[in-house]
Amino acid sequence: MSLSVDIRHDLGDLTVEVAFEAPGGITALFGRSGSGKTTVINAVAGLLKPQSGRIAMQSELLFDSTSKINVPPHHRRLGYVFQDARLFPHLSVLRNLTYGARFAPHGSSGPALDEVADLLGITALLPRHPGTLSGGEKQRVAIGRALLSHPQMLLMDEPLAALDTARKDEILPYLEQLRDVTGLPILYVSHSVTEVARLAATVVVLDRGQVAQVGTVEQVFSDPAMVRQLGLREAGSVLPATVTQHHPDGLTELSVSGGNLFLPQMDLPPGAKTRVRILAQDVILSRELPTGLSALNILPATVRDIRAGGGPGVVVQLQCSDDLLLARITRRSAKALGLEPGVACHAVIKSVSVARHDVGRG
Amino acid sequence: MASLIGWLGPQEWQALALSLKVAFWATVINLPFALLVSQALARWSFPGKQLLNAIVHLPLFLPPVVTGYLLLITLGRRAPVGAWLEQTFGLVLAFRWTGAVLAAAIMGFPLMVRAIRLAIEAVDPKLEQAASTLGASRVWVFATITLPLIMPGLIAGAVLGFAKAMGEFGATITFVSNIPGQTQTLPSAVYSFLQVPGGETAALRLVAVSVGVAMAALIASEMLARRAAKRISGT
Repeated sequence: MSLSVDIRHDLGDLTVEVAFEAPGGITALFGRSGSGKTTVINAVAGLLKPQSGRIAMQSELLFDSTSKINVPPHHRRLGYVFQDARLFPHLSVLRNLTYGARFAPHGSSGPALDEVADLLGITALLPRHPGTLSGGEKQRVAIGRALLSHPQMLLMDEPLAALDTARKDEILPYLEQLRDVTGLPILYVSHSVTEVARLAATVVVLDRGQVAQVGTVEQVFSDPAMVRQLGLREAGSVLPATVTQHHPDGLTELSVSGGNLFLPQMDLPPGAKTRVRILAQDVILSRELPTGLSALNILPATVRDIRAGGGPGVVVQLQCSDDLLLARITRRSAKALGLEPGVACHAVIKSVSVARHDVGRG
Repeated sequence: MASLIGWLGPQEWQALALSLKVAFWATVINLPFALLVSQALARWSFPGKQLLNAIVHLPLFLPPVVTGYLLLITLGRRAPVGAWLEQTFGLVLAFRWTGAVLAAAIMGFPLMVRAIRLAIEAVDPKLEQAASTLGASRVWVFATITLPLIMPGLIAGAVLGFAKAMGEFGATITFVSNIPGQTQTLPSAVYSFLQVPGGETAALRLVAVSVGVAMAALIASEMLARRAAKRISGT
């Protein structure tokens, strides 16, 4: 199940000119506000008609300006989860959830009501009305409602942006469940690195209406060009990791392709796959294997690329076995260490955070 | 109740019954058109939208006598449209109670459209978009989302239209005259009683009845609208 988008739309102060393929799994449309993300997802949903281009789901054309095809939204079968839930206020939660079912084509398959209610933890809410739900509950019902219309793909426009951190943490596991249990492809609009690193397989980075980068999460976030996109504090690479063991001193050992990392106790069993995020500003470089250092996590690496930014800093892209790491150091240090592509060094990692929990633990 | 029946004379009863009948049919006939026109004015863009808006509101700004006269010269039995209606459908409007329904409907139409249009504009189009992404066609979206959400406005519009129809005088008397037992509505009857010496008591009785009907309609609509609003908020 793949979605291909190639559209052009002039918004006056911004021209959105975007082409990408969403191969399945979660594809994130990532970018700052005003980068054209919502324009793209609305065009896919059929809520906005682009001035020109082509949108296709598998072999089915949804929009084609040359052959004048524009399938109306109610025939596209794309479940849309909006940032502001948009539950129907006059219907109970149950009737909100079942609203789309009567329009699904006969014989279309999809999860049943009780499965979805169970997956999203909303069974107890069924008789209630949207006006009495919390923000997080509303959003879960909205996700269930989209799922139960038996869509070919889910579209999610910043589904967590209107929620506070606690509510976000409440919903993220459900989104992970959705990804891992239903296998439904999802186009996920977000400006949050944390969400994208945790959920997405593919990332399409939008910048001022253009595609700035496309690739896997690991590739995209390890590209030095992303430092400008994300800002110094957010830039960092994402690495796949496996839990190897829990140590009695409260540390969990993870293996990445280039070695082992120690993190504060995680609640994942040995063997579980996860993702870790290492911020560029948390990596220090050393030419020799450092000794007498409090940092636990040191990975051998080779310099792949050095990108100068504005100011006194440079961004160094490192190859750590199969993975890529970013380090932000000063231009002066880079010169003093004689760093250039091909030079071997050691990456001292001050801090690692877990970016992703896969479901199906234990 | 028995004393009330005896309290009103036969001509007064006829006027009250006719007014209720005329107002009921004027409201029922107006509702679907008012819904369609309100939806068009609130949501659709099409050439001639301003013209439609002006035509709908025209009866509000014209002297009712002028509206009645316009009806007479287009729908009278010897006028082209009126003659055609009579030949084709056997429908005669001028000087009949059916004509009173038409006059009352036209006079109440702009009031209904205003109330319903405001209600439609208050419905968040994002909800309608959400329904369409769930597979609902435009007609379904209107029937299952828009219509239930505008119910309080719809009720308010219907009551306004009904009240206007009950009270319509100028256009009605010009188009269908003031024939007791046939086209004499409540306001026409009040007017007639005031023209004859000693008719004040009968006129006053009809005034009391008018006040009663108006109050009852207002209270009923208030209760209906409250119940509809309660259903929307779901509390």
